[in-house]
Amino acid sequence: MTRAFLPGLTVALGVLALGLLVAFTVGRYPVSLTELVDVLLARLTGRPSGAPAAVENVVLLVRGPRVIAAVMVGAALAVAGTAFQGLFRNPLVSPDILGASSGAALGAVLGIYFTLGVIGIEVLAFAGGLIAVAAVYVIGSLLQSRDPILVLVLTGVVVGALLGAGVGLVKYLADPYNQLPAMTFWLLGSLAATTVSDLVPLTVPIVLGTAVLVALRWRLNVMSLPEDEARALGVATGPLRIAIVTAATLVTSASVATSGIIGWVGLVVPHLARALVGPDFPRLIPTAAVLGGGYLLLIDTLARTAAPVEIPLGILTAVIGTPFLHLAAGRHAADLVVSTRS
Amino acid sequence: MTLAGRDLTIGYSDRVVGRGLNVALAQGEVLALLGPNGGGKTTLLKTLLGILNPRAGEVAIGGRSLAGISIRERARLIAYVPQVHVPTFAFTVESVVLMGRTAHGTLFSRPSANDRAVATRVLEQFGIPHLAARPYTMISGGERQLVLLARALAQEPQFVVLDEPTASLDFGNQGKVMREIRALAGAGHGILFTTHDPNHALRAADRAYLLREGERIAEGPVGAVLTRERLEDLYRAPVEKLTDTATGVSAFLPG
Repeated sequence: MTRAFLPGLTVALGVLALGLLVAFTVGRYPVSLTELVDVLLARLTGRPSGAPAAVENVVLLVRGPRVIAAVMVGAALAVAGTAFQGLFRNPLVSPDILGASSGAALGAVLGIYFTLGVIGIEVLAFAGGLIAVAAVYVIGSLLQSRDPILVLVLTGVVVGALLGAGVGLVKYLADPYNQLPAMTFWLLGSLAATTVSDLVPLTVPIVLGTAVLVALRWRLNVMSLPEDEARALGVATGPLRIAIVTAATLVTSASVATSGIIGWVGLVVPHLARALVGPDFPRLIPTAAVLGGGYLLLIDTLARTAAPVEIPLGILTAVIGTPFLHLAAGRHAADLVVSTRS
Repeated sequence: MTLAGRDLTIGYSDRVVGRGLNVALAQGEVLALLGPNGGGKTTLLKTLLGILNPRAGEVAIGGRSLAGISIRERARLIAYVPQVHVPTFAFTVESVVLMGRTAHGTLFSRPSANDRAVATRVLEQFGIPHLAARPYTMISGGERQLVLLARALAQEPQFVVLDEPTASLDFGNQGKVMREIRALAGAGHGILFTTHDPNHALRAADRAYLLREGERIAEGPVGAVLTRERLEDLYRAPVEKLTDTATGVSAFLPG
């Protein structure tokens, strides 16, 4: 049952490489492999490329930023989901369990309602995610329980529901001809509008948060044990939990602010990564990051090319993710039966 | 070195479970904690571990208050063996044992060569090196108990505190775990364990501590403390005592 790390990581890297190849070459304006290599090499070495200017534009300005954003958002959601599944000791948890997505959604629809422009909407969405999770954490801590994890999850559900009502209210009040479609589109998630200028505000929090989670990966094993055990093993669970939640929320909020709500990636990819390298977090976190990048890149390419119009990303990830969840949940149910028999 | 609780009031923020409790555990000694369900055994155990703060009184180790010792240093002094349970994730046995080395590294450090050597050594000590690569979720309950013991020993502690180490084990494994407990005490560890079976206390412990409704009923050498009368009083149920005339070894039967 033990799975080797390097072969598993190689598969994940293969998925990412395939994703990169397909994403750059396939689309309304096909780019051949030689043109792609030519443009990228020219970019790296600084010499002029032999490819037509249109090809260069498609690769560097149209698809480039979108590809980078897809890889970063996919990696971020996968790493955050992996960390949260460990922290909450539940493989069916996703990164929005503490309300990051609901908070970001309310921030974004408010930004659209007040016609704040792209930057304003992104800032509000990012802040909304952070504030929602901070509120959940503070309320959960005030409730003082012997099971802080359970209280956090319950508070997250309650706050998430409240924020959902807020989103509903703003949509109800919004102008149905201009604002409402924009809100609906944002809530379904898309990377279509990604430009080079989006990459900087996306990169900083994602790299920062992901780096923290990767650095803490050896402690995540212990954090996935019951609270008492983790403490008896010498881990100050309170401060470490705050660090993990902060890092995961940072990357989730940054992703959602850029791409809108893309569900299921943070839930499904950790499972796929676990199937490749096993449950050990030190291996799982880097594998989930690579695999998540490749996974979302492939889905985004599908969203862009499968139909004459763009399919919203959130819809595709759900269509692909839900049957998967069903399978995973079924398997866990089987595990539970086995364990009660032993 | 002694692990001692003085005038402890134990409990949670909303509820006091026990008052005026004094416990002392020396190295090389095995102390069994007995008492009916809900009598405060687990609460006392968690207080002595430092997982739960005493409501009043003090837990001290080697004369130093536990409250003044960092959680990391505590884990190098006292190890905890919880009741066997199935974890959420199917970690390998080696990973589980390596988690016992957590307090010997820093926040970001990976297990060192020494950590891995310690993990291998403790697995060999309990006769289960062949399980190292197996998922912890796929081994038997008895094997899991040994793995948790190995993890505790990987902490290289002075004291080991076990919560019902023989519960849910078959007869043979109960005996095996009790032999291992004796061996750990022989190697100089101070051992505290809770149990529902007075015979396990007779078999493995030097002293017994009887706890009912948060009150100490009796404490002392197992032979002196564990009498039929006292057990009937402790559990408020009839008890029968059997003695092997050849060896003089005694055992109790409930009902």
